[in-house]
Amino acid sequence: MNLSAADWTPAWLWLAVIASGLYHGVNPGMGWPLAVSAGLMERSSRAVMAALGPLAAGHLLAMLLVLLPFAILVALVEWQRQLQIGAGLLVIGFGVYRLVERRHLRALARIRPTQLGLWSFAVAIAHGAGLMLVPIYLGLCGDADLDTGHQADATLINTSLRMAVLVAVVHATAMITAGGCSAWLVYRYLGLKFVSRSWFNLDTSWAVSLIVVGAIALVFSLAGQATD
Amino acid sequence: MTIRPDPTFHASPKLAMEAPPESFAYTLLLSPDFSKPDALAVIDVKPGSSTFSQVVHTVTMPNKGDEFHHFGWNACSSALSPLTGHAFLERRYLIIPGIRSSRIYVIDTKPDPTEAKIHKIIEPEEIFNKTGYSRPHTVHCGPEGIYISTLGGGGKAGTDGPPGVFIMDCETFDVLGRWELDRGPQTLHYDFWWNLPRDYMVTSEWALPPQFENGIVPEDLLSNKYGHRIHFWDLRARRNVQTIDLGANHQMALEVRPAHDPVREHGFLGVVVDTTNLEGSIWTWWREGGRFHAEKTATITPEPAPKDQLPPLLQGFGAVPPLVTDIDLSMDDKFLYVSCWGTGEMRQYDVTDPRKPKLAGSVRAGGIARRTAHPNGKAYAGGPQMVEISRDGKRVYWTNSLYSTWDDQFYPQGIPGVEVMANASPGGGLELAKDYWVSFPDGYRAHQIRLDGGDCSTDSFCYPSV
Repeated sequence: MNLSAADWTPAWLWLAVIASGLYHGVNPGMGWPLAVSAGLMERSSRAVMAALGPLAAGHLLAMLLVLLPFAILVALVEWQRQLQIGAGLLVIGFGVYRLVERRHLRALARIRPTQLGLWSFAVAIAHGAGLMLVPIYLGLCGDADLDTGHQADATLINTSLRMAVLVAVVHATAMITAGGCSAWLVYRYLGLKFVSRSWFNLDTSWAVSLIVVGAIALVFSLAGQATD
Repeated sequence: MTIRPDPTFHASPKLAMEAPPESFAYTLLLSPDFSKPDALAVIDVKPGSSTFSQVVHTVTMPNKGDEFHHFGWNACSSALSPLTGHAFLERRYLIIPGIRSSRIYVIDTKPDPTEAKIHKIIEPEEIFNKTGYSRPHTVHCGPEGIYISTLGGGGKAGTDGPPGVFIMDCETFDVLGRWELDRGPQTLHYDFWWNLPRDYMVTSEWALPPQFENGIVPEDLLSNKYGHRIHFWDLRARRNVQTIDLGANHQMALEVRPAHDPVREHGFLGVVVDTTNLEGSIWTWWREGGRFHAEKTATITPEPAPKDQLPPLLQGFGAVPPLVTDIDLSMDDKFLYVSCWGTGEMRQYDVTDPRKPKLAGSVRAGGIARRTAHPNGKAYAGGPQMVEISRDGKRVYWTNSLYSTWDDQFYPQGIPGVEVMANASPGGGLELAKDYWVSFPDGYRAHQIRLDGGDCSTDSFCYPSV
């Protein structure tokens, strides 16, 4: 393997973690217009900020819920390649499912406007937002393994859990930064017209992104296997 | 599903007012003797058009005896809340319930209103089997899809169990089932609407089917057996949280009109008749300290009339009751329009202070005793009834029929269907437009009106105007 390429891999992966966060954040469907609404309803910019808290927390929890099981698997399972291939297939499968099943989960509409955290969590789970991070996360873990070599199980699980939390936090921070900026700009400067203007139907591109991320992960793990 | 939100979805009432004005008015036509199929008329309301104020297209239904009454859109501005996941629906399908048959028609208004056609028919059995309700009435689009209120419960007479609201999928139009989880003391139904961010619904009461299908039952009215309560519900929990009794003499609490701006936690309700003095009344309801309150804020007095000018039903009273049968609130929540179907008057109240409505304008048309002609010289039968306001608040449209069998009791000489329009001045005041007079084919009466691009009794909002 080319050394310089290996050095660059984690940087690209972290960039992907941040980019996916920004992508989730600017999408009105992930909730920033709710912060605008809260601010306008309360007539206070503080209410905009207050709404961003639960939106971020819900998103973060959804990421952790998906990543943590993989963190444990990474530490315990010896077949890292197989895990990566399985995760790639899972993400592709969910993408295909989103592409075929276009209807929205009606259960989401039962969540109260005051339960922003719960809603943010549920909508991220329903759209497979966390799944998108799995191949990236596994790539980062694989990369970390290269550096640390063989470790005791306990250390391994610590490393992989810490990595999962770090990935989730970085992603959620990027997400709420992008969402928060969108909300603030609309609330303060652009006006409500921007809510409908900035909204694009990303259902198809979302599903395709899942498939692409899964496919890239699959290709990399298969290629990695070939060079082993 | 579209790529961008429908341009007729507006985040706030203010944006809805600033959007391009309506070009078409959809109006329901009913055959009062059930001899012909009911229909949807598409009317050109574009000023300057060569077919202005004319029916430019008609969708005739394949059945008879549906009795069209109210209807609504599959989607409106409420879809712009991320909570619902409906941002990419189109305002495209009109949902038209047959209040007598319990059949529901879904009409596709694309690619052009003048080519509107039937998209789907939901047979009564599907509604009976899936909801246990009958006689579907008010249609609103909201968080869980399309909400439809009903006037009847199960069984042939519609009296097996209470009526309520059911939900329909907003994409497939499948009937999904009852909305209520806990209806509390609610046993009658009529209209409903809500405040979406504040998460509450308000419902009203007319009567059970035996009390209206064959005509008004005078004994029931005089013994105060029609509806006189309003119910407040937790919208997402689907639970009745409070019921307010207006007093049994306030018979028939019909239209519910919440303020459009979700910051305002108040609304209005029209009561047809007070059995102690024949007055019609307007009630203001509001939420304060977590509780709902309601008080009578305007009354309209009956007008004495000689016996020979009155139908048999009213001869004993020697007076015409105003009969407040419909109310509608302008998009800026400033003017409340009140139809006095008995006395033949359209009233405009300034409700800037919601608990102190001030009469700001009035137009006379028809009436049981007055029979005021239209300024264009034509005879106007019936009185002002279903009223719809343009989003910009400048034009007020209405029709003249109430309900097939009731029309015959109050206006035995008949009510040829007609639709008129009045121009409203921004500061108050109302004047009938001489050039707007829509007549319909013989034997048809006209009921509710819907405007393309949304109107004041369709769109609900998740963002305040500010």
